[in-house]
Amino acid sequence: MEGDAPVCRKRRDPVAKIDLNVDGKAHVIDADPAMPLLYALRDDLGLKNPRFGCGLAQCGACTVLVDGVPMRSCVMPVESMTGRKVTTLAGIQKDGKPHKVQQAFIDEQVPQCGYCLNGWVMTSVALLESNPQPTDAQIREALTGLKCRCGTHISMLRAVKRAAQA
Amino acid sequence: MNIQVNRRSLLAGAGALSVSVVLPGGKARAAVFGADKRPPLIPQNLSSYVSINADGSAVCYWGKMDMGQGTDLGSAQMVAEELDLPIERVAILQGDTGTSVNQGGASGSTGIQMGGTALASAAAEARFQLVQMGSKHLNIPADQLRTENGAVISKADAAKKVTYGELIGGRWFDTQLEWNNQIGNALFVKGAGTRKPVAEHKVIGTSPLRRDVPPKVTGSGDFVVDIKVPGMVHARVIRPPVAGASPVSVDEGSVKDIPGVQIVREQAFLAVVAPREYDVVKAARQLKVTWSDVKPPFPGNAKIYDHIRAAPVLMKGGDKPVGDVEAAFRNAAKVIEATYEWPFQSHASMGPACAVVELKGNGEAVLYTGSQKPHFTAEGAAAMLGLPKDKVRGIWVPGPGCYGRNDAGDAAADAGLIAKLTGKSVRLIYSRADATGWDPKGPASVHKARAAIDKDGNVTAWDFGSKGFSRLDVNSNESAPHDNLAGQMTGVALKPTHIFNTPEESYGFANKRKTWETIPPLLDRASPLRGAHLRDPLGPQIHFASESFIDEAAFATNTDPVAFRMKHLKEPRDLAVVKAAADKAGWQPRTAARKQQTGDVARGQGVAYAQRNGTRVAVVAEVEVNVRSGKVWARKVTVAHDCGIIINPKQLTMTIEGNIAQSLSRCLHEEVKFNDKNVTSVDWETYPILDMVEAPESVEIVLINMPNIAPSGAGEGTMRPFAAAVANAIYDATGVRIRQAPFTPERVKAGFV
Repeated sequence: MEGDAPVCRKRRDPVAKIDLNVDGKAHVIDADPAMPLLYALRDDLGLKNPRFGCGLAQCGACTVLVDGVPMRSCVMPVESMTGRKVTTLAGIQKDGKPHKVQQAFIDEQVPQCGYCLNGWVMTSVALLESNPQPTDAQIREALTGLKCRCGTHISMLRAVKRAAQA
Repeated sequence: MNIQVNRRSLLAGAGALSVSVVLPGGKARAAVFGADKRPPLIPQNLSSYVSINADGSAVCYWGKMDMGQGTDLGSAQMVAEELDLPIERVAILQGDTGTSVNQGGASGSTGIQMGGTALASAAAEARFQLVQMGSKHLNIPADQLRTENGAVISKADAAKKVTYGELIGGRWFDTQLEWNNQIGNALFVKGAGTRKPVAEHKVIGTSPLRRDVPPKVTGSGDFVVDIKVPGMVHARVIRPPVAGASPVSVDEGSVKDIPGVQIVREQAFLAVVAPREYDVVKAARQLKVTWSDVKPPFPGNAKIYDHIRAAPVLMKGGDKPVGDVEAAFRNAAKVIEATYEWPFQSHASMGPACAVVELKGNGEAVLYTGSQKPHFTAEGAAAMLGLPKDKVRGIWVPGPGCYGRNDAGDAAADAGLIAKLTGKSVRLIYSRADATGWDPKGPASVHKARAAIDKDGNVTAWDFGSKGFSRLDVNSNESAPHDNLAGQMTGVALKPTHIFNTPEESYGFANKRKTWETIPPLLDRASPLRGAHLRDPLGPQIHFASESFIDEAAFATNTDPVAFRMKHLKEPRDLAVVKAAADKAGWQPRTAARKQQTGDVARGQGVAYAQRNGTRVAVVAEVEVNVRSGKVWARKVTVAHDCGIIINPKQLTMTIEGNIAQSLSRCLHEEVKFNDKNVTSVDWETYPILDMVEAPESVEIVLINMPNIAPSGAGEGTMRPFAAAVANAIYDATGVRIRQAPFTPERVKAGFV
């Protein structure tokens, strides 16, 4: 079932003030503390790029970095984000220039529909942070579990290798 | 000013583009050409396809859409070619009923084949008209003029020239074309202008980069789920736990703690809306519904092939037989036969479908949809809204990739119905279970193949028959309520089409028969297993069977599978793709499974080929089969591809790569599971697709360019022979003939016993 755990909790006051730090900016929102972070990012902060794919942490379309670690925002209660730094696909650019992983995805013309991209790009960013020169097997292992329906897997492998050399 | 290609500014014009004319450098116009307002958006008008901005750049208007394969860019390249403009100066607007005529949306890989070709023909006429205008402007006869880089130029004196912008920039062509009276894919127009000869091509055959990639990668572009309209509420649908059930009663108290929730109900259709998105997510989960008690409608997926074999035949069809098949079988020295089975498959689009319906308050509405056929989909939404179709503008916005008739059309109709019942603008997004569980499905089928072999080992007859569910319980066009869940759930009369296909190939067997039979749907109304178009409708299943059986016939006649195909195929282009794939892959001839095994890993190579609507594709797959686990890895894939003249080699290559991975996913993993009550494949755990660790190690693609043959499609061709190439490779590796898809470890292992 979709994100059952956060929803089923009973609370006396369903709405609370919650502090968020997203892409380097501080925000305060009024929200059900159990609401998944994804809805806060999309509906309260108006960000477009993390997308709903399954609500089950199975696909990665909603992936953001939380303190540098790729996480599935569709199942993470927004209250658990207090004091943590959330980075989205739009927030990894520097000085208006795409991150080297984004640039490699552009150069390799990776996305087709592009709906799944958050997961692949954000997970690749985190991979190259911790392992700047990954092997083919390490890239595959890092990206396992993410879904792409258009079948751009082959070009994604090329793009991550290209970014590692950038 | 330039015509803005931004969707929102187009909307401000309420469907019509209006622009003021400011000439660059304030140069005076010698004569005024064209119209200052856009003529009516009808197929006969040249202005419906192309216009020139004040700066001399061009906009083309495409009644299709592209979901990431670059067919919009390819079509723009074809227009740029005919207009003698660099591709950077040609914008393409797509999938919007307010700016383009209905060219059928994305459909049957016809984006370039038909959509681009129609635009190119219109652009050739535009160039012809520009030369006529240039002739008047320069006072030089038209036959003494040429065009280059957006200008009409005297052949004798290059200093005598006038730019397109000076001639008609910011205004509209006001001449007509001959129209073939078709809308949809088949729409074609032609004027006095003729297409350029291939030798003069400058833009076709080059690989400019896609324009939608940077906004997708940086997260700056809109998807349908990002569209917000004033006063909109969020909606979720509630589907029945047993397919065919209707809500008997709904407990409003079960959601009373959620602010602003409204329950929307019409016959079997049930939805909830609320002002805040997360509230409606909670409401959909919390709402207590009592459903009608219906007889469970399904046999369960484990019994589906027995069901198909035993089912009554609803409709029969086939190709015209060749020779006397029955006599050839009577006289055969040997007959081989085999049966192949393919399951229901889901579109399982990357995101659940979303649709936004904006009520404009004046009896008009706008539909934002990710559907592949926005023109038809807007008609479907209009029908549910109870509005005339010309009062609903359909605007395609990128959505999750939509490879056929997926859930997007149902979402649009649902949103239309919800907007009608609530009187509010609505954004509806399905849950994952709504999407995978309830999307229209690629239908399940059984295929029986027989071959007659004479005493000398020649194949003398070929008999191939399919039996399965129709591919058109619901039409791809999404324009009629009976083709949408919302219509079916609210009681409209059903109108299914019963149709199947036959293999597309050029084997020259002396006696040949190809037939099909369709059977009744398991549940005729609002079924989660309704048959519909899924990428290359019926192609993978039919050619899995026919091309696996070609392999069986090759080995039965002691012939190498590539040599067998080279011996029997008749069309030169078919022979060329088979040869090219075999050469590139380093094909190793064999007349029996080689069963090359090291440790637990057996390695094999398999070939298959097919035609698809003019395109020809051959695939060589090299697989590793772990004989302990039964797991299959397609380590290397080689594809030879001929789709006529190549417009953009880079995007063609990427399209083929996508086909490879999606085909691999379908043949290794994908099977819709269902019990007697409902579909149980409802998420990525219960409907797994290809994982990154399973992606091929290497992919080789041979593009065969045929400059003098019109372009055909590339969106589906590779998908057609792919499964058979993998199954044939598994056979070469292990000696096990897999005749049921998907090729799961359990199924492969079962073959070892």
